[in-house]
Amino acid sequence: MVDRRPWITVLSHLVMIVGVLIVAFPLYLAFVASTHTADAIVQSPMPLLPGAHLWENYQAALFGSGKLGSNTNVMHMMWVSFVTAMVITVGKIAISLLSAFAIVYFRFPFKMLCFWAIFLTLMLPVEVRILPTYKVVAELGMLNSYAGLTLPLIASATATFLFRQFFLSVPDELVEAARIDGAGPMRFFKDVLVPLSKTSVAALFVIQFIYGWNQYLWPLLMTTSEDMYPVVIGIKRMLAGGEAAVDWNIVMATAIVAMLPPAAVVMLMQKWFVKGLVDTEK
Amino acid sequence: MASITLKNVVKRYGTGKTAVPVIHGVNADIKDGEFIVIVGPSGCGKSTLLRMIAGLEEVSGGDISIGDRVVNNLEPAQRDIAMVFQNYALYPHMTNFENMAYGLKIAKVPADEIKQRVDKAAKILELGHLLDRKPRQLSGGQRQRVAMGRAIVRQPKVFLFDEPLSNLDAKLRAQTRIEIQKLHNELGITSLFVTHDQVEAMTLAQRMIVMNGGVMDQFGTPEEVYNTPATTFVASFIGSPPMNLLKNAPGGKAGQILGIRPEHIDIVASGGWEMQVITVELLGAERLVYGTVGGEMVTVRIEEAHSFPKAGDTIRIQPREERRLHWFNAETGKRI
Repeated sequence: MVDRRPWITVLSHLVMIVGVLIVAFPLYLAFVASTHTADAIVQSPMPLLPGAHLWENYQAALFGSGKLGSNTNVMHMMWVSFVTAMVITVGKIAISLLSAFAIVYFRFPFKMLCFWAIFLTLMLPVEVRILPTYKVVAELGMLNSYAGLTLPLIASATATFLFRQFFLSVPDELVEAARIDGAGPMRFFKDVLVPLSKTSVAALFVIQFIYGWNQYLWPLLMTTSEDMYPVVIGIKRMLAGGEAAVDWNIVMATAIVAMLPPAAVVMLMQKWFVKGLVDTEK
Repeated sequence: MASITLKNVVKRYGTGKTAVPVIHGVNADIKDGEFIVIVGPSGCGKSTLLRMIAGLEEVSGGDISIGDRVVNNLEPAQRDIAMVFQNYALYPHMTNFENMAYGLKIAKVPADEIKQRVDKAAKILELGHLLDRKPRQLSGGQRQRVAMGRAIVRQPKVFLFDEPLSNLDAKLRAQTRIEIQKLHNELGITSLFVTHDQVEAMTLAQRMIVMNGGVMDQFGTPEEVYNTPATTFVASFIGSPPMNLLKNAPGGKAGQILGIRPEHIDIVASGGWEMQVITVELLGAERLVYGTVGGEMVTVRIEEAHSFPKAGDTIRIQPREERRLHWFNAETGKRI
């Protein structure tokens, strides 16, 4: 950088540090709150340094303490969230890869119609679709099940478009060389297209996993039994204490635990992004 | 190895009344083991013709036969061919070994035979030390050799080359040209080579197909194409600098075009034709004299050592031999 004004570097660093602090501070507070007793938190001012009850709070949160608020085992809710997020992610990626493949590499009747139909679904927000979807899921008897939690969320137009754009950039000669080598369409898909799409798949994996993990409206609507609640709903239900005081320390501990898997996915996948960005060349 | 027969091959884009014909009936008999170059300017249909033989384009009319089989309706993989592309078309995520082995893997060739064939091809092309690398770690010339290796291991009946040297720099082009020639001498497989470069055509071809606007103007050896071009197009396309074509040559009949190559004209003291010199270029071993004869542009090539005129001079030039004169019908462009 040929910048002869060092104060701009200082300024930009300052802005970024302030930004990080603003974003990270609530997380820090949540962590601190999860290490104190419930009474210590509600006193004002709220303590700013971690307390001594970390292990017992997390134990209580993860394995159920039989106290007020939700009685649910957070470990089980984490499991529900994890399965939901993974199924949505893997399902979305698989379906979008295949539909983008069909749209880009095949000619079939009503192809343009299908393409525009997929595109149109982007224009319908969730809130518009949610009641009809609920009705269909209820009639199929999928309420309160993993299938109901995941299937309606699997089809994705954005992922299809992302892969379509990527496939359009694959040179035609690769397809021709594969044809001459004797590779049929699915062979070509499996041996050439999918390996080349690794970066896009990694990027989509992260985005969709977090999307699936954070699902709130749909699970809230269609699950009624506690053992099908994802963890984000569990957290909310802990706050529905009614007359009793809320165990904020347990709630915060649960929140921190709930944040860990998405954070882990982002960190693990980062390696793949960077590798993919560095490796691009056809 | 096999012969290739093209019988009235036609290609149209689109259907019905709005169909655009791009190849208008090509007939050719290519013998087993021949190295044929298909040469012509951009848009003349040479790549389309090659791709029809490969099976990458559908044939609109006529028959293409490889060996004794008519292959019009066969998939590329069933025609027993191998192709080398202009952009190499190597699979970027596979190693060079895997790139060369891919076709064999799909054909379910046993693993040790695959290794044997790939190693043999790598030896011929001097790629042995590069087999574990990926294509992006190789230079352009090396990538093209991997692409050729991929073609060789298939042990096909026909090699198809689609302008394989166009993406290489000049020095590499000359080197790879020689390697292709060596390969053909060693393996003797029938080869079709498409290029727009007439130098490549003249140096590599045993016979060449000169194409113009979807029509095959001439199919002959380099000598035939150079010494007896069949049309004005072939006459001006082959040979550098291009042949002089005079509509109103002194001593010529009306409706006829005279062709004479710059290297077959001498500057004489008297007799011959009068030429107004416009400019003289030194090219190292030779000089090119540009001027007009009877208002038409003429180029004369003289040895560097000889005396040469200056711009603005009037000189006399004469064709060296009678047999170096070529006469063409002015309307059809065909040789008389």
